[in-house]
Amino acid sequence: MPDTAELTAAAPALAGLGELRRVAIVPALNEEHTVPRVIDELRAFDPGLDVVVIDDGSSDRTAEVAAAKGAIVLRLPYNLGIGGSVQTGFRFAYEHGYDLAVRVDGDGQHDPSQLGRILGPVLHGDADIVVGSRFAAEDNGGYRSSRSRRVGIRILASVVSWIVGQRVTDPTSGFQALNRRGIALFARDYPHDYPEVEATVMVHRHRLRMQEVPVSMRERGGGRSSITTLRSVYYMVKVLLAIFVGLFRRNVVQQEEPQ
Amino acid sequence: MTPLAVSIAGAIASITLILVVLELIRSRRLRERYALLWLATGVVLTALSLWRGGLNTMARWVGVSTYPPAVLFAVGILFIIAVLLHYSTVISRLSDQNVMLAQRLALLETELRSRGK
Repeated sequence: MPDTAELTAAAPALAGLGELRRVAIVPALNEEHTVPRVIDELRAFDPGLDVVVIDDGSSDRTAEVAAAKGAIVLRLPYNLGIGGSVQTGFRFAYEHGYDLAVRVDGDGQHDPSQLGRILGPVLHGDADIVVGSRFAAEDNGGYRSSRSRRVGIRILASVVSWIVGQRVTDPTSGFQALNRRGIALFARDYPHDYPEVEATVMVHRHRLRMQEVPVSMRERGGGRSSITTLRSVYYMVKVLLAIFVGLFRRNVVQQEEPQ
Repeated sequence: MTPLAVSIAGAIASITLILVVLELIRSRRLRERYALLWLATGVVLTALSLWRGGLNTMARWVGVSTYPPAVLFAVGILFIIAVLLHYSTVISRLSDQNVMLAQRLALLETELRSRGK
């Protein structure tokens, strides 16, 4: 783990960050052991970042430890799944008028010290949504996952790349930064269960600009992945179905900005 | 042997089912996760309607020698039972969640009132 001094140096280098209202959306399910560290690292990267932890019906002390760290905690009455809980965060960001949101998983696999790379294109106005990809660089930092999952991700990556006409290497990554347009879109409409793949296509269909930047991810610090090997086949079929049917769908009506 | 008319009618009916399910997903009246079983039903019934030799073979396996389309009906009924069972589990989950939601709402309301005083 990098030391704090190195982390603190990252944020001021991003010009214009200080003037924006910015929030970190942290979905967490039974992650009491990793959430405090994630919150600390987010603060170390950028002390002006509001941290919102969405507790998706955890049975451990996730909500308590997050609140003790000073995070805003949205406790869902029961498990909504990753899509529903992340969208809760986007709704919060939208209704509270945030200009910029980053999404960082509560299990510690997203390293907040790398947020600078992800925020860059959004701050420069080059993209509405930036996704941290494990596979965009040749050296992926030694990130390992199961074989079936890698194959699944590769298949989804080619389908998504083909549809959006832009190279997408990691369509399942939840390590993201969004501007106000991105927040508004996802607050209005966000897929369920395994949302990032469909969301990528949705972003394209709404003519928002998306970019991938290479990041390295860490091994999961705790909890368990929401996707086991057996379920990945089911998800593949479901997500592909959703993508193809989604192509024949009219766009959602963009919400007007509140006065 | 399966009468040709049965095969054609079966195929038309099951393809219609698939198309209706796809349209329901498109218009957001049906979620993908609840549509998969219906689509599987449609695909299997279409296959059994069109693959007439296969239907006859399967009929022989289960001892239906006189009228192979009976197997088509049986498979259809099996899928309907599976869908219904699936819906029963979905309804059970929904009612549990509804109870939790009502309880949380009641607690929040009390909390809000006590703060308002």
